[in-house]
Amino acid sequence: MELHLTLIFNGIATGMLIFLLAAGLSLIFGLMSVLNFAHGALFMFGAYAGTYVYILLGGWAGGWSIFYFGLGLLAAAVIGIILGFIVERTTIRQVYGDHLRQILVTTGVMLVVMELVRVFWGSNVIQVGRPQVLDGRTEMMNVLFGHYRLFIIAFGVIVLVGMLIMLKKSKIGLVVRAGVENKEMVQALGINVRRVFTFVFIFGTTLACIGGFLWGPYQGQINPNMGMDLMLIAFIVVAIGGMGSVGGSAVAAILVGLSEAYMAYFFPPGALAVNMLIMAVVLLVKPTGLLGATR
Amino acid sequence: MSGILETKDLTINFGGHTAVDHVSLSIKEKELKSIIGPNGAGKTTVFNLISGQLKPSAGQVYFKGKEIEKLPPHKRTKLGIGRSFQITNVFPNLSVLENVRLAVQSKENIMYNMIRHFKYFSRLEDEAMGFLEKVQLDKKADHPAASLAHGEKRKLEIAILLALDSEVLLLDEPTAGMSLEEVPDIIELIKEIRDERDRTIILIEHKMELVLNLSDSIAVLFHGKLLADGDPEDIMKNEQVQSAYLGGDIADA
Repeated sequence: MELHLTLIFNGIATGMLIFLLAAGLSLIFGLMSVLNFAHGALFMFGAYAGTYVYILLGGWAGGWSIFYFGLGLLAAAVIGIILGFIVERTTIRQVYGDHLRQILVTTGVMLVVMELVRVFWGSNVIQVGRPQVLDGRTEMMNVLFGHYRLFIIAFGVIVLVGMLIMLKKSKIGLVVRAGVENKEMVQALGINVRRVFTFVFIFGTTLACIGGFLWGPYQGQINPNMGMDLMLIAFIVVAIGGMGSVGGSAVAAILVGLSEAYMAYFFPPGALAVNMLIMAVVLLVKPTGLLGATR
Repeated sequence: MSGILETKDLTINFGGHTAVDHVSLSIKEKELKSIIGPNGAGKTTVFNLISGQLKPSAGQVYFKGKEIEKLPPHKRTKLGIGRSFQITNVFPNLSVLENVRLAVQSKENIMYNMIRHFKYFSRLEDEAMGFLEKVQLDKKADHPAASLAHGEKRKLEIAILLALDSEVLLLDEPTAGMSLEEVPDIIELIKEIRDERDRTIILIEHKMELVLNLSDSIAVLFHGKLLADGDPEDIMKNEQVQSAYLGGDIADA
């Protein structure tokens, strides 16, 4: 019982981080029909940029402080906004509606961003500690609950609920939901869809960068391959959850997080295979994904 | 220029085929003009040229004396030209109310003021609700649009167009695909909008008898060319129209 509680707890925490990566990818895919292969690299860039601030400032101050952790989080978000704006304006904008060129162009962006990471921060693994305040554990029912994991779960839930409320209740949220269903008609209503595209792309990139930064203390390290590793998982999550569905991404991310946690414990080499299997089964039963819009 | 909307020698070629051939129309402000013609006469293509889905090979479209044939569709919508499509166009997974709210939002051009007083937001919903009452869909406001019957979807489309506050409404066969019982309802609705006389309506219709009583004037298209243009009685009497349209396509009319 304790084992299962631990694995479920860990799985949900991992799932929440995957959700931060996948939610943006799903919205970009669903609304803009853009296959963004650069998403993982942007996630990694956010991780490095945020961690740089966290370690550099924290190093001077001596130790892993929650204050500099907060600054790192902010830095990752700001980098996400800047990168998202630049990438959408300079490259994505040129290739709307053309999947082949999207794959080529976003793969190009991915390579450039990955190399930039190596240029700025080198190819070595960088060790990242958890902020001291969040480093402890609490024991309940013979299960140890790591505080950082609790923080991740709380953070993920807040982002998820915030996004759902925004999609449901705000003006731009309605435009996004309508756009996922039918872009041409949104345009026919006199709404400039391109501006919403820019906004959504920036939003998705920012979420990815924040997720990347939080990933560092979670794994204890960041490395130049983390983008690629998680990219594949994020695409699986988008496929399982349904393109353009934030709720679907959350459910799928937790599902994948749980499978990762269980497989890591019982049979580590099979983790990816099981995720693929879940995806295959979901797509067979419901090709639009768990919560994907039926067209 | 006397009409609110005019076309001058409007022409479009698809490959070697001329779908619309030097069509010059003038639509007066606040009138209801019907464009009729047999299948393939180019009615919907004319609409696409007016609303911007297609760009003409030659000729001009004027809105209030201004040339607009080069503007993208969303800009024309903003100017005041709203259109419905022959194939029903609503957002199936949004609620009925949300469909209309989107149009209200677009008209108010306030999408980017995301943080605004909550009362302001409920005013948008109230306004959207008003349009739903007009088309008698207020009781279904919270249903997903996908659950509506076909005739109700067309009503919802009209509510969306009304919410856009378009000066010119382009209605592309609003009765297409409807069951016989649903048709009088929608005709009645169009009549009501016409009788308010604060909008210009251009109506494409396949069935001539539906528009005779409804229209202030009728234009007849045949093989992409404008065959006749005048008030309903003249069109009825016009021999060319009778032979080309009524005679040539009697099974459909």
